[in-house]
Amino acid sequence: MTAPSVARPRRLFPRRSGLAWRRARWGYVFIAPWVIGFLLFTLFPMVATLAFTFTNINLGQEDPLRFVGLKNYETLVSDKQTWDSLIVTFKYALLALPIAVALPLLVALMLHSRHLKGSSAFRILFYLPYVIPFIAGVLIWGGMLSNESGWLNDALRALGIDHPPDWLQDPTWIYSGLVIMGIWGIGAGMIVYLAGLKGIPSELYDAARIDGAGAFAQIRHITIPMISPVIFYTLILACVEVLQYFLVPLVLKNGTGEPGGSTYFYNLYIYKNFFTFQNMAYGATLAWLLFGITLLITLVLFRLSRRWVYYAGEVR
Amino acid sequence: MALPEATPLAPPAATRSRWRVRRRTRVAEGSRPPSLRGDGRRSFLLTLIAVVAVAAFLSPMLRAATVSIKNQDQLSLSGSPLLPSDPVTFPYQGKDLPLFKVPIDGTVKELALLEPGRQHSTFVDPAAPDGPPIEWQGSWRTLEHVFVLAPHFDNFAKVWDLIDYPRLLFNTVVLAIISTIGTLLSCTLVAYGFARFDFPGRGLLFTLLIATIFLPGAVTIIPTYTMFVKLGWVGTWLPLLVPTFFANAFDVFLMRQFFMTLPRELDEAASIDGAGPLRILRSIILPQSIPVVVAVGVFHLVYSWNDFFEPLIYLSTKPELQPLAVGLARFNGIHSREPGLIQAGTLMTLVVPVLLFVIFQRAFTRGVVITGVDK
Repeated sequence: MTAPSVARPRRLFPRRSGLAWRRARWGYVFIAPWVIGFLLFTLFPMVATLAFTFTNINLGQEDPLRFVGLKNYETLVSDKQTWDSLIVTFKYALLALPIAVALPLLVALMLHSRHLKGSSAFRILFYLPYVIPFIAGVLIWGGMLSNESGWLNDALRALGIDHPPDWLQDPTWIYSGLVIMGIWGIGAGMIVYLAGLKGIPSELYDAARIDGAGAFAQIRHITIPMISPVIFYTLILACVEVLQYFLVPLVLKNGTGEPGGSTYFYNLYIYKNFFTFQNMAYGATLAWLLFGITLLITLVLFRLSRRWVYYAGEVR
Repeated sequence: MALPEATPLAPPAATRSRWRVRRRTRVAEGSRPPSLRGDGRRSFLLTLIAVVAVAAFLSPMLRAATVSIKNQDQLSLSGSPLLPSDPVTFPYQGKDLPLFKVPIDGTVKELALLEPGRQHSTFVDPAAPDGPPIEWQGSWRTLEHVFVLAPHFDNFAKVWDLIDYPRLLFNTVVLAIISTIGTLLSCTLVAYGFARFDFPGRGLLFTLLIATIFLPGAVTIIPTYTMFVKLGWVGTWLPLLVPTFFANAFDVFLMRQFFMTLPRELDEAASIDGAGPLRILRSIILPQSIPVVVAVGVFHLVYSWNDFFEPLIYLSTKPELQPLAVGLARFNGIHSREPGLIQAGTLMTLVVPVLLFVIFQRAFTRGVVITGVDK
């Protein structure tokens, strides 16, 4: 993110002329739609959700609405499903994150290579599934990964694997199945990586080649450090996305968490508390825990990023 | 001063000079001792890998397309061919007998099954139907059907009626167009405010705007939903449309980044000539910003077309108001045992965003680059 007003010197309390104040007023007028929307659809609901966590609010509301202190938080600590769902989410994240970060990079490296013919056609084709409606993607991949009629297992059987995994029914393979379904989303990351790769000055490669560096040494010592900000950006977005993952299992398994609770993702549990069990207070508590976890992970990643993300032009 | 021609999304000077550097290197490479044959082999190998990868990557679409033109009869038979085909039958004494591949006398003959049995079955030879029936030892269930290529396009017609496609298509298009107009109007104004006006708290507000990208939807959904219930908006399109008129972080960021690259001199000249801020936006900024407006417009059209969760929760009681994505999920719940219909419906849902992408693919890839890299 660029700091918006580094170009002009700023005082703590700038004295503004009449003209500057008029300009500032126009500024507020123009951003007013977002400010109003932020108050109505973000800040107010967030505060209300926080307030819910200290009450017994639910949709039926048979008991009178009252303040219950930390009772919801006590429930949360002793609720086995909460921890099971968190574990499900982290198991999936462990598999999904490395692929979400590395696969688009691999494809981008391939597309960026000067040896590849017809690079722009490949770029379009690899990006294409990104615009396919999520629900259509789930139904298409559901068929593709089916044990009886899916092409993946047909191909594996043709290669001599007699009992290929039943990707979407077997609790040990389900996360791999879901990750395979997710590879249609690599488009955006790939394009961003490509832009990063194009921004690396070619002098660096020339110098490395003169020093005798091979293709892998060049990738390891030039490409990766130079695009580390892009890798970091992709990682942060992938984390936020993985923490909120639940729509695919919701559609695929009708929100049951089958097989054997392995798709009972944390967000699915929140969603069910809201819309199925209609226990708003407890759902809100779960939602704030998720917010806390997201914040924590983002902060830790930013802190760690100082060690490995290289910003050209940064003063150390 | 003449207006500069529409600028591409990235700062043009930088792009151009980088390109020139690349060109120069190519020339330099050309003057080195050429290893052309090795290069050619490498090109061929890498391009081959790319072709295989992209074929595997897109193969699910091909599968969906073949399944969508398959008959339910074929889908329920095991061992049926990859391509849409029908099992062949042979009319014999007023009945349609199924044709099987029967291994007999060391060859495989295509025979019509007359009397199925567990131990032995009786067949008729279609080449000589008047001859004596042929006895065959073994279970007929182990035999393979004879198929003939037969695409069935009627799945599409069936889906058209079953899910009331014209209705869902109309809903989807109207929702997408109104919400795109809302997004373009509000995001242009907000981005203009952030890009061109200096006001106290601007840095903080912009950071807050970006932070909303990271906010889990779960912490806002319930009060928002309750608010819409109280307003009587649940079961109408309003919860899907009204918020788009209050701007969103992604698109504001995209447009603001673009506006920042436009030279301020023109604004200032127009301002001296007495043009107000709105006039400057309309006559100076927007004409230079066609690429970013197209990018945001196309992005939002596709986003709205593909949106699933919000229409699901706000329109669950009103099937007649739902967009295609929700209608398709509902359809899948009813007809999940008929993959031909499901995949036909799937293709009918994805055709518009895919076409939009093919037409506007440059706008897409540019838009992604500017949101991604500058952060």
